[in-house]
Order: sequence, then structure tokens, then C-alpha cells
Amino acid sequence: MLDIDVKKRQGDFSLEAAFETDGAGVTALFGHSGAGKTTLINLIAGLLRPDTGHIQVNGRTLFDSQRGINVPPEKRRVGYVFQEGRLFPHLSVKTNLTYGMNRLPPSERYLDFRQVVDLLGIGSLLKRGPATLSGGEKQRIAIGRALLASPMLLLLDEPLASLDAARKSEVLPFVGRLPRELSIPIIYVTHSVDEILNLADHMVFLDSGRLIAADRVENVTTSRIFRRLTGQGQGGTIISTKVAAHDRVAGLTHLGFEGGFFKVPLLDRQIGSPLRVRIRPQDVALALEPPLLTSFQNIFPGRIETVEHDNRGFASVRLNIGHPLLIQVTSVACSELHLEPGKKVVELSDGSTFEMWVAPLTMAERERAQKQAKSDDANAFALQLLIAKALDESGAKLFSVGEVDVLKNEVKDKDLQSLMLAILTDDAEPIDPKS
Amino acid sequence: MELFQPTQMELEALRLSLWVSMWAVFGSLPPGIFIAWILARKQFPGKTLLDGAVHLPLVLPPVVTGYLLLVVMGRRGLLGGWIYELTGVSFAFDWKGAALAAAVMAFPLLVRAVRLSVEAVDMGLEEAARTLGAGPVRVFFTITLPLVIPGILTGAILAFARSLGEFGATITFVSNIPGETRTLPIALYSLIQMPGGETGALRLCIIAILVSFLALIASELLARRLTLQIRGGKKGA
Repeated sequence: MLDIDVKKRQGDFSLEAAFETDGAGVTALFGHSGAGKTTLINLIAGLLRPDTGHIQVNGRTLFDSQRGINVPPEKRRVGYVFQEGRLFPHLSVKTNLTYGMNRLPPSERYLDFRQVVDLLGIGSLLKRGPATLSGGEKQRIAIGRALLASPMLLLLDEPLASLDAARKSEVLPFVGRLPRELSIPIIYVTHSVDEILNLADHMVFLDSGRLIAADRVENVTTSRIFRRLTGQGQGGTIISTKVAAHDRVAGLTHLGFEGGFFKVPLLDRQIGSPLRVRIRPQDVALALEPPLLTSFQNIFPGRIETVEHDNRGFASVRLNIGHPLLIQVTSVACSELHLEPGKKVVELSDGSTFEMWVAPLTMAERERAQKQAKSDDANAFALQLLIAKALDESGAKLFSVGEVDVLKNEVKDKDLQSLMLAILTDDAEPIDPKS
Repeated sequence: MELFQPTQMELEALRLSLWVSMWAVFGSLPPGIFIAWILARKQFPGKTLLDGAVHLPLVLPPVVTGYLLLVVMGRRGLLGGWIYELTGVSFAFDWKGAALAAAVMAFPLLVRAVRLSVEAVDMGLEEAARTLGAGPVRVFFTITLPLVIPGILTGAILAFARSLGEFGATITFVSNIPGETRTLPIALYSLIQMPGGETGALRLCIIAILVSFLALIASELLARRLTLQIRGGKKGA
């Protein structure tokens, strides 16, 4: 939980930002160069002092001008990964890593050395000096050093900005793991849209020291302002899903979301793991009636919320399929189908065009996945469906008629079969996708 | 061979010079580093005044400095009298006075070298250390100080060389007492004043050149090694 409301003047530049986020997760701080992103996180870290306002992290006040509170940076327990790493050149990698850790009594450390070294894959670098490391290695050490100080909040100031594409791809997976391995809030400064869409839960938009927007990523990315600031084709719909089931027979994974289940190519992920799906507006088609024969695997009815025409012959349609979805169609198609707000249409999409940002497996997940792969595929699938059903609180449609048949034929285990049928017949008649 | 056989008096002058210079350098290191750090990192009223006071011995005639030391630090001096009353330590007319005179004269060189070195330390590293839980004092001793060691070394060698050569302030403050304040340059001066002292003067000359040269080489080697270690040549096995 972050509660920030600060004002700061520095020469000609002034920064004013007030926003709140709930719980752990990644807050992306987005804005062009000179927007005040680094100033803002320096204020949070205590390296700069706000003129007025307050800063609270998880209910702990770090700064409050009215109450005269200004906790010095060394007492804030805010981990800071700087753009340029800032490793101590006179200390070895290992002493760099333990610098913050050693300032903290062991009882207050929530990560131990081995854990962090494994997480970041830096075991072989410990004896080296910082000057002998590559840019990507340096950033990993910098992340490790901040983590080992067991921070209550982690600030990442464009940790990938100084790296070339190859180094970026070396570090990004480790950054992607952080929010899932840690239960602390993370503020991530970036001006890469892809990084936001992949990593962030919340988004804070800064422009020339002013706060433009602060909201959940799903809400921001479908908004007009986001498209204006990032350009066409950059946005799209972000949908948070959970892996509901694996159909190893058909080679599909079912991802649950508010409107039902997406079918996507089989993923190597544990049932229940959260997964973020990005659907580009140009990858979705619209139809007035569900087509009888189609290659589209994901067909959802929905109601049009808004239609916006641009001057290049395209229109952006915002459709609600249980979750807002942005679709790009040509203006011609738009007028031929009489697309307008309130109209009921059907969304058609192919799961293979979804961009799924799959973070690398955590240690525990890897072990579980290996065990699972050994068990019988069909039985495992049935079990997973049952678990998914049990976990599913929304009561959304789960099985098509075809799937139930497959299950009946494939599952040989008698006990499992009867249990499955009992649950299936008890709840609801399987839903016909065409209704 | 007779020519290269230093006399007892000459050896004593050499020993005294090294002793005095060593004390001058080690004594002025802590305040020198502290003042250099203040001048490099802090903004406060009177900073220019402090800066000026530190550099004064560099531009003042050494005899003036020596005379001022006599007035302030002599046994009846403003500060010297007080120190004598309190601790029984007197600077007047013994080797401690010579070391003090040398330290004052060398102080600007030491502060200058260390200050440049502190200014070169990336403040971002100090900020990083703060966010990792280290208070200002710990940051100074674990980050700033290790990174300015090459500068400290350079400053110390400069100060040492300056102390070895110190003449004017020393002879004014503590006079020319054999075995007590007669350092190498003063001994050399005394020999030149004496009829038939030319060979002795030549020997002292050679000794002075040798000592200075050795100090210079030692500092160069040490500084190079330290810089290499800090700026990153340190590779794992």
C-alpha cells in the first residue's frame, strides 16, 4: 500500500504528484524524459526532501511535512536499484551484495543470501570485482544488493535503460520474477510500453512534473489518453487471467477471466498461476452472429461500449465481454455492420495471436511442473478441471459439450470419472458455446 | 671512500628529518582528511575563510609562519602556554616543534590532494549506501574513505617531501639545536656556513636527493597498485 502526495520545486522545475495504490504489485511510473520520474522516486527514497506533502508505505509514514516527520534514507528500508547500477567499485561482488544485509539484524531479514543469489543467477560472479562485470551482470548485482537489505518497498529506476537489447533480455526475466517472489510493493520507472504491459499492475503517468493518470493498468491501457501518449498499435487490452486447466489432448491451455475462458496454445504453467494476456486491437475480429464453422477458438458475445473513428480509415471499438476489449476495424466494416454503442456482437480471436507474458518459473514451480509431467495426462487434465471448477467462484461456463465427451472417453480411472460426472451434472448443464 | 662516509652529525640530521617528517604527516592526516572532506562536500558560511586559512602557509613567507608559530605555540604563546600548563608538553625548541612547523607548512598540499580526490568520488555511490541502511558516518568510513585512499597517499607523500625540505619556519620557530631541531636542510645550511664543510654539504645533498627520490618512487608504485585495485583490475581466481 502506497500513499504518496508530494510537492517539490527545483529551480524552474516543479513536481506535484498524489496517488495511492493498494497492496503489493508493480506500479509503473511512466513518462517522457524530464517528466520528474527520478525526482519522484528520489523523494520516496529520502535522497531528496519534498517541500510539502506526505509519503506512506504500508501504513508507515516516511515523510510528513505537517507532522515534521522525515525519516533519513538509511532508516526507510526502501530498496533502490539505480539506472546505472552504482556498485561500489572497491568492494567485491559478494561484499557489495551483503553491504545492506549486514546493516540489518538477522531477525529482520526476509530473504537469505542463497535465495537471492539463486534467483538472480549470480553465483559464479561472487568473487569478481564490479569493473569486470558486463552491464547486465552489474544490474543483476544491483538488484540483488537492494533485495538483500530486505526492503519494504523496491524502487527500480529504469534498470534496463542502459542496456542493449541482448543484455536487456538477460535481465528482464529476473525483473519479471520479482513481483511474484516478493510480497512488497515495487515502483518501476520506465518509458517502455512493453515493460509496463508485461510487468505492471498499476500505472502512474507523469508529464512535465504533473500527474496525468494513476490507475490499474487494465483501465489505463484501453483509455484514450494512453493511446495518445504511446501511439497507435502500442496499446491493446491487458487481461489478468489465471491458468484454469490444461487440455494436453488438444494441446490447449484454458485461461480463466471475468468473461469466461480463453483457449491458448498449451502453456507450461501451474494451474492457478496468474498470467497476463495482451490482445492487440488488430488481432480481434467482430461478427454479428457466432459463425458456425470457424478457425477462431475464442468466441465471446459482448456489447459495444464506444466506437471511435480516426482519420486513417479505422475505427476503435470498445467491446465489453465481461472485460473491456479494444478492437480495431476498418471504418467501412464499421458502417456495413452498423456498429454502434449498445449493439450486441460476437468477438472472434485466435489464442495463438495473444501475447502472453510468461515469467520464468520460480524454483518451487519448476519442481511442481516436473512432478506433474510424470503423471498420466488425461487423468491430470480431469483433475485440473475439477480443481479449476472448485476454485472458480464466478460460476462462469467451464466445459463445452465436446469437452465433456472427451473427458468421458479419456479418463479411465473409475473413481475420478464418477467424481467428475457427479460434479458436472450436479452444477449446471454444460454450456453450448453458440447460445 | 672517505668522501662517502657520513659523519655522526650528518646521520643524526637524516634520522631526525625522517622522524620529524613522519610525525608531521601522520599528525596532520586526520585533520587534513576531515577538512578536505568538509571543503569538498559541505556548504557553510565562512567556507572561503577556512579555505584561505588552510592555504595561507603556501603563500606566506615561511619565516612569517615560523614567527607566528613562535607567538602562538611557544611556551609563553597564546595556545602553547595553555597546552604546557595542561599537559606539560612544550613545542618550543625541541623536535615536536620542528614536526609542528613542518606539518603546518605541508598542510595545504595534503588538503588539496585529498580534496580533489573526495570531489572525484561519485556522490551517487554514497546515496546508494544510504538507501542500503548506512548512516552518514558509516558511509564515510566504508565508501568515501576507501575511495579517496589514492588521493590521501598522494597528499601524504607530497606533505612528507615538503616536511623533509622545511627550513624557514622551522629555524625561526625552534632554532638550530643539534640532535633536537637540526634537520637535514638546517644541517646543510650550517655546514655551508662552516669553513671546510663543503664535503659534508655535498654528502647531505646526495642523501637528500636519494631520500626524496625513494619517496617519490614508493608513492608512485603504491598509488598505481591501489588505483588498480579500486578502479577494478581485481579479478577473481
